[in-house]
Amino acid sequence: MSVHALTAAFERARNEGRKALLPFLMAGHPTPQALEHNLAQAGEFADVIEVGVPFSDPLADGPVIQAAAATALKHGTTLSGTLDVLARRKAGPPLVLMLSVNQVLAGGLERFAQRAAKAGVSGAIIPDLPFEEQQEAREVFTRQGLALVSMLAPTTRPERAEAILKHAQGFAYLISVAGVTGAREGFAPETIEYIRRSAALSPVPVCVGFGISRPQHIEQLREHADGFIVGSALIRGLEQGLSVADVLRPLREACNQQTTGVRS
Amino acid sequence: MTTAEKTRGRFGIYGGQYVPETLVANLHELERAYEAAKQDANFAAELELTLREFVGRATPLYFAERLSADLGGRVFLKREDLTHTGAHKINNAVGQALLARRLGKRRIVAETGAGQHGVATAAACARLGLECVVYMGALDCERQRPNVERMKLLGATVVACEAGSRNLKIAINEAIRDWISRPEDTHYLIGSVVGPHPYPAMVRGFQSVIGREARAQILQREGRLPDAVIACVGGGSNAMGIFAGFLEDDVELHGVEAGGKGETHAAPLNSGTPGVLHGALQYLLQDDDGQILNTHSIAAGLDYPGVGPEHSFLKDSGRAQYHVVRDEEALAAFKLLARREGIIPALESSHALAFAKRLLAERPGLSVVVNLSGRGDKDLPSLMERKLL
Repeated sequence: MSVHALTAAFERARNEGRKALLPFLMAGHPTPQALEHNLAQAGEFADVIEVGVPFSDPLADGPVIQAAAATALKHGTTLSGTLDVLARRKAGPPLVLMLSVNQVLAGGLERFAQRAAKAGVSGAIIPDLPFEEQQEAREVFTRQGLALVSMLAPTTRPERAEAILKHAQGFAYLISVAGVTGAREGFAPETIEYIRRSAALSPVPVCVGFGISRPQHIEQLREHADGFIVGSALIRGLEQGLSVADVLRPLREACNQQTTGVRS
Repeated sequence: MTTAEKTRGRFGIYGGQYVPETLVANLHELERAYEAAKQDANFAAELELTLREFVGRATPLYFAERLSADLGGRVFLKREDLTHTGAHKINNAVGQALLARRLGKRRIVAETGAGQHGVATAAACARLGLECVVYMGALDCERQRPNVERMKLLGATVVACEAGSRNLKIAINEAIRDWISRPEDTHYLIGSVVGPHPYPAMVRGFQSVIGREARAQILQREGRLPDAVIACVGGGSNAMGIFAGFLEDDVELHGVEAGGKGETHAAPLNSGTPGVLHGALQYLLQDDDGQILNTHSIAAGLDYPGVGPEHSFLKDSGRAQYHVVRDEEALAAFKLLARREGIIPALESSHALAFAKRLLAERPGLSVVVNLSGRGDKDLPSLMERKLL
């Protein structure tokens, strides 16, 4: 798997006239061995799966994902243990790791990229590695065929967004609101405007994350974006005893609905 | 210009801006505002007036005669404990609060460990009419209770952080998350030389008044520079403030980290490895998987697994030496200063005093300046409760 697998996954979704769904699973949550099973189930609904590797001090995560990370760490979840689980997977949508820059640097950037590529991972989202600090990681990732996923926020200035998107690989992650991860009520007109503006600039598909928990959220934004990232809502569902399928099915249906204005 | 300013936020390899994208615009805005303020004579005049009339500067450089006789050298104390609110933290708090007002921010968030930065920030905000929210680890709320009450009296909202280690590290996590959620109207008033650029350089800038004064004062009193300058290091703001005055001189610089109980401690410069925490590359207590380790120190203000990037750089370059003092040694120094000089130091500053004792035992006759970064009243209830006095 590689950055090309990501590109292919979005192409397939577009050709089928639907939006991509990108669920987020936290390794080691809710039980120590849950990832393997949940990956398989998520594979039926997802175009790309984000796999979170828990960190002790995440900055951009809201209470739900923080608590999930704390649980996962208590379960002894590690980066290498997580990569072992991913390496055993035989089939399914491409995988993207989500983790903190310190986890990437701890064992060395080069070694991280080699291990991730060997485990079949297509890329990584590193929220605390902003554009200005990315150059070295991008070079190392590129050598291993990995995408370093670019992130934009509502606070990102237009000229900066342009520079970031110029380097985007696989897809771009649009943070929907100024805030931490977590479910929210709805989206303001300026959020929609920011998504439209970013999508217009982007050479790669744009996916909206933070606050996507209900089919209505997808319906509200679907004509402006290419995919939707579901994190806290899935984590919370799993904690309430729901299955991955229970949570993702209605969201998948919202992604499947045809719209008149499919973004080309 | 400092090193950081020449290299966009780097001290050697350390520092940087490892923050979520949402905060980048804020950091750039802050960077520009700080640079502009430094060139602005009105800002300098306003800060100078505030430091004089509100903070009570200049603080004395006090010759500790009986302590000197005891330890076998000449010991001078830079009396930051005599500032308004009782610790050096106020120097930076008023500087950043003035800057925040200039930026048009109406709301300030801050973290606090021992509570001294929280109290200083609450005071600065009250004076400027800014809303103030202080995040404090729940453990620290318990062990520094008087400061929680002071912050509330000054009009601040104090949020006790219950997650994980319930100390300074958690308080910083929460303060940063608050800032991410309200980047437009809020300024994060960080209390140490940590965090993403421009914070380490800016906080050092606001604290460097300590070193400027101390250098002039010792020259005037002694007609010569000291042999050594000593300060405790948690994040490292009081140390960076006083070191800044002597970096170019032939004067030894000694930073003192918290050795805790020995096996658990808060001494990243002595036992850590480089990594990223709270937005900057620095020495860090972490495991092989890059998870941040829990720390312990009797002094809440030193109970932090990271340390400022400039200290990380000074360690590698050899310009400063960093040592470890354990809880019991600090507590002995705390009591010693009270008895010999009639001054109750903060437990944090007591680590620096304990090292001064060790240094003079090894090399008698040295002239040393110890940064007495804060006063110890805040520590009494907790020490009495634990029957440590």
